[in-house]
Amino acid sequence: MKAAEVMRFALHGLSANKLRSALTTLGVLIGVGAVILLVAVGNGTSKQIQANIERLGTNTLTVFSGGFGRFASRASGTQSQSTSLTLQDAEALADKAQAPDVYSVSPETSTSATVTYQGSSASATVTGTYPSYFKASNSPVQYGTYFTATDVNKAHDVAVIGTTLAEDLFTSAGDAVGQSVSINGTPFQVVGVLKSKGSTGPSDVNSVAVAPFTSVQDTLTGYGSVGEILVQAVSPSTTSAADTEITAILDKRLGVSASSASGSSAASRFSSSPFEVLNQTQLLSASTSSSHTFTVLLGAVAAISLLVGGIGVTNIMLVTVTERTREIGIRKAVGAPKGAILGQFLAEAVMLSAFGGVLGIAAGFIGSAFTIDGVKPVIVPSSIFLAVGVSVLIGLFFGSYPANRAASMRPIEALRYE
Amino acid sequence: MQATERAAAGQKAVIVLHGVHKVYGAGDVAVQALRGVDLKVEAGDYVAVLGASGSGKTTLMNIVGCLDVPTAGRYLLDGIDVGFLDESQLALVRRRKIGFVFQSYNLIPRMSALANVEMPLAYAGIRGSRRRERAMAALEMVALTDRAHHMPSQMSGGQQQRVAVARALVTSPSLVLADEPTGNLDTASTADLLAIFDALNRDGRTIVMITHEHDVADHAKRRVQLRDGLIIEDHRLVDLGEPPPLLASPSVAS
Repeated sequence: MKAAEVMRFALHGLSANKLRSALTTLGVLIGVGAVILLVAVGNGTSKQIQANIERLGTNTLTVFSGGFGRFASRASGTQSQSTSLTLQDAEALADKAQAPDVYSVSPETSTSATVTYQGSSASATVTGTYPSYFKASNSPVQYGTYFTATDVNKAHDVAVIGTTLAEDLFTSAGDAVGQSVSINGTPFQVVGVLKSKGSTGPSDVNSVAVAPFTSVQDTLTGYGSVGEILVQAVSPSTTSAADTEITAILDKRLGVSASSASGSSAASRFSSSPFEVLNQTQLLSASTSSSHTFTVLLGAVAAISLLVGGIGVTNIMLVTVTERTREIGIRKAVGAPKGAILGQFLAEAVMLSAFGGVLGIAAGFIGSAFTIDGVKPVIVPSSIFLAVGVSVLIGLFFGSYPANRAASMRPIEALRYE
Repeated sequence: MQATERAAAGQKAVIVLHGVHKVYGAGDVAVQALRGVDLKVEAGDYVAVLGASGSGKTTLMNIVGCLDVPTAGRYLLDGIDVGFLDESQLALVRRRKIGFVFQSYNLIPRMSALANVEMPLAYAGIRGSRRRERAMAALEMVALTDRAHHMPSQMSGGQQQRVAVARALVTSPSLVLADEPTGNLDTASTADLLAIFDALNRDGRTIVMITHEHDVADHAKRRVQLRDGLIIEDHRLVDLGEPPPLLASPSVAS
């Protein structure tokens, strides 16, 4: 008995009851389609979050002066700690000897200001920083140029503005370059306009003005502490090393005791340190793991529907075996070996589920072509192999019981069955 | 047992039954279908098994056809003790040695006459073209080549039974078993079918046929009467070497 014969008999058996076969196939189709589509949605969500975070730059670290640390240290009786970051702290981080993995350090001082140009005005976040900020924060200019280190040293009143701000003040964003705008009354010359960025939060990240650190201190924020320090690591893989290095430097400078600084986890840092380091990589891995959980959850729901489809296969195969008891008896009487009967019914079950699986892949692909609730599904190739593999296994597993029942029938009893 | 004794010397026994018992059920509900049957059928014989309903003739036929196993006793088919065979070997024996014809035809619906006849060959692993050839030859023997692609539902009872006969013959079995083959047929179809059986026997096939009609039994060379699970009469009508008594064309002799 050849495999081709078994398949031929199985196909014949299935085509004898087309509607029933089609409905059983539909059950598997929905299951496989759901697995592929829902995993694709989960994956799409995860990809979207990753893209958002990567836009911020994965190899950057942001150092804040810590709010939590102050209270914690006061409670523990350490009163002499300095509570805010200074420009000297930022310069210390740029020390190549102590922090070899730090590529650039950009101190930031920010404030909200009103920007006006010839009667039109708009509010914007004004950030004073170093030229390295543009690269570290992944903010290239679209028109014009960046300000330079010389502008910082000489405290030139120049600014690079965001697209929203430029469009608010000028007829087109490109017109802004070379014009003079007034920021809280101080004239700044616009040297460049930033490329538009996707918004990641409630505030418009394109409604900004970036100016030299010194000039913003001169005119807007005064010579106090530095709001935050943006640190760019040499590469994404050295971000953690850079994190450790700057933490060590700042611990030393800000007089954090060895015991409280030894804790490397974010939690201990929050509770005892006067500063806090936000690592984009950590943020990325946290959100990746949460979206992974989300994907697993979706996949599990879809797997249940695949299971239901599989039970449908068993159900129909049991009906088929009962209905064709007499046929089984006849086949056995003319000399069909047990294996041939087993093979035939198993092949029928596998064909049902495999056919459903193939159609389910098609359904999954078609479904993934649409944007679902703002998420563009991204098909995970392994989910296709998994779904098809599982659907064939379902055929084998859920079909083996009915097939075995058919094959084990005594010919004489099967023939007597009416 | 005079008939078997007379033909014993030099003749090859196809069927040998020794004290075959068959009990259905157990305990209080046990039914004794066969109570110790001894039977010997030589190659080329044409045996009619007669008996009232409940006499055990179908049980006997199922045991002879390897569809059922005796509760006690031995059964040798072509010298092989069937009791020692496992399920797959029994399937092989059914496929190789026995052709079965049932009262209710037992064709598979939704399969053409040709496909039904081809089926035993498919299980024997014979290739497509060769299989078709042999199936068509078998259909020719029952004069149904023109109905090869008809479904069983499109054929009369007599035609369906002839397809069943073709299916039984397609593997060239040494033994043809027929369980009341004419039970559902009209007179004309019965005559056609018995003519086929007569011709088969003339060509050397061993035939064992169950019937309860005496005019059907008249076609056989030997008549075995069953009652309550025992053989009560075993009567030879025609010698083993002779052609069947009612062969349609008397000019042909083996």
